Amino acid sequence: MNIHEYQAKEILSKFNVPIPKGLVADSPEAAKSNAKELGGNLWVVKAQIHSGARGKAGGIIVCKNEDDVSDATNKLLGKTLVTHQTGPEGKTVHKVYIEEGTDIKKEFYLGLVFDRSSESIMVIASSEGGMSIEEIAQEKPESIVKTKVEAAVGLQAFQAREIAFGLGLDGKAVGRCAQAILGTYEAFCSSESTMAEINPLVLTGDDKILALDCKMTIDDNALFRKSNLLELKDETQEDPKETYAAEQGLNYIPLDGDIGNIINGAGLAMASMDMIQLAGGQPANFLDVGGGATPEKFVKAFKLISGDSNVKVILINIFAGINRCDWVAQGIVDALAQINIEQPLVIRLAGTNVDEGIKILKDSKIEYIEASTLEDAANKAVKAQKDLESK
Amino acid sequence: MAILITKESKIIIQGFTGKIGTFHAEEMMEYGTNVVGGVTPGKGGQKHLERPVFNTVREAVEETGADASILFVPPAFAADSAMEAADAGIKTLVAITDGIPAHDMIRVKRYLKRYEPEDRMTMVGPNCAGVISPGKCMLGIMPGHIYKEGNVGVIGRSGTLGYEAAQQMKDLGIGISTSVGIGGDPINGSAFKDHLAKFEKDDETKVILMIGEIGGPQEAEAAEYAKANVSKPVVAYIAGLTAPKGKRMGHAGAIVSAGGESAAEKVEILKAAGITIAKNPSVIGETIASVIKSING
Repeated sequence: MNIHEYQAKEILSKFNVPIPKGLVADSPEAAKSNAKELGGNLWVVKAQIHSGARGKAGGIIVCKNEDDVSDATNKLLGKTLVTHQTGPEGKTVHKVYIEEGTDIKKEFYLGLVFDRSSESIMVIASSEGGMSIEEIAQEKPESIVKTKVEAAVGLQAFQAREIAFGLGLDGKAVGRCAQAILGTYEAFCSSESTMAEINPLVLTGDDKILALDCKMTIDDNALFRKSNLLELKDETQEDPKETYAAEQGLNYIPLDGDIGNIINGAGLAMASMDMIQLAGGQPANFLDVGGGATPEKFVKAFKLISGDSNVKVILINIFAGINRCDWVAQGIVDALAQINIEQPLVIRLAGTNVDEGIKILKDSKIEYIEASTLEDAANKAVKAQKDLESK
Repeated sequence: MAILITKESKIIIQGFTGKIGTFHAEEMMEYGTNVVGGVTPGKGGQKHLERPVFNTVREAVEETGADASILFVPPAFAADSAMEAADAGIKTLVAITDGIPAHDMIRVKRYLKRYEPEDRMTMVGPNCAGVISPGKCMLGIMPGHIYKEGNVGVIGRSGTLGYEAAQQMKDLGIGISTSVGIGGDPINGSAFKDHLAKFEKDDETKVILMIGEIGGPQEAEAAEYAKANVSKPVVAYIAGLTAPKGKRMGHAGAIVSAGGESAAEKVEILKAAGITIAKNPSVIGETIASVIKSING
């Protein structure tokens, strides 16, 4: 689960990571009164969307008076910002964060991630803040300092100091930076995040350390015991179809093609998508209906896929194990009795009781194209799509 | 010989008396797996499926001599149960549970390092279909009948894609020594390379099949390991050529977030290590058949 900058900063500040003063607003009036409350003569209006690189997309506006804050907010609210992280459809701004201006002397990068290679939490920092970590790794790899956290004892103060020195800091800034790193680590663990990124972490004119931005991803699998974090979820930032699918217990990712898929198992779903592409078509989605492919699940899956106007053909590929093919076939037949599908349907069943399953499909009144192997299924789906195109 | 589990393995089930534990215990027993008991805290002393139930894994091991366990415990308690198994002296643990928090898995991995490598439990999974040594022992939730006994060692992340491969092999008359499902999570109990090492030492295994997917460094690490340490031919298929960057494809670990993690890059890395690539998921069986043919000359 991704959260907004202002939410991540709230978590950071609970762990004594210094952040600039800021207030969230959902109207120009509120933004103006926030600016007044914050005081000073420089404010930054920041669009709250689940994406980095907002600056380049025009989502961060520096203002010199309270009326400008109001105008900037007016301009941002309701606007759709497109960044390299949002995809071409972009994300819509529903809230802005008004922050006091900061006197920046130097910008750093600080990230905490799960390192899958060492299977530990890794702290990554760089003296080249402001750029994405991918860009830093490409252009200034020598600026990156890393340290692995020993899970039994957690991040140690000396490790945080080593990073601070590695960033080229000296004097009082070293201790302040180390404290911010340790606090970020505590926030990361306490919220059970899988990623936390402060970019930039800045050194101010008076040698203070401030987290100027923060992105955090919380482990979905840990939310059952983090009920206080659940309220941070912002569904306006998610694809509505993905949200619907998740609520229905389906694993779904929309894609650009026109061949819809209903598959059991994530690996088999990816493999089927690959076969479609090799056969000359393009998958319209990834959809894993999971192990218990019940009639209810099929109804939900059919609704989701057939309602997508891009989908011209639907391919069902089920490898039945414990859930036998006869049972799966009955599920498909029952589902199609409840919902009308316009698109041609290609069905491939394999595994336990496959002959019984195919018999149920054949004896039913449903119209479908039968396929025997993965390759056969992909070829027939692509052919059906091409036949429609040539009509 | 097979790896991890054999005909002689004594199996316990953690989460034995629950609905899912019961269902799969029956399936495993029907397959011929030597299930000697189970663990459900608070239900010790009872009998379930004519087997004894214990309160703790330690008691179960002491009373039955169990050396392998399978976990059907809900995500909130799964990490604890895995550590309990390790501490009680279980040698092979299969964790079926999907949805274990990542921070918990880091703790489990660290905990396992308390034990000397020779005493350390091998954890398979979580979020996997389990392990099967066809004809000998099934410690998992797979349909046992699609696996033919033979000489190909299989290591894969995905359940149903593994079934697909097993079926293709069976249709061509090719059997399997052991099939290991390492699971789709970003941090798992054991990786491809851990099982490559075991298959290399196993007399029964002549060819090794790896079924990987997008995300994470484990396929690349396996390629490097295989190049230096594995003399047996290795075949690989990587799923997810069409998966977009930054999107999680069902499995928690199936996301391209760094260089070298896409399917195309992994294929290149594996190829460079001398591993034979199955071009598409429909020809996994055929590719193995041709490799077997070439070694039999």
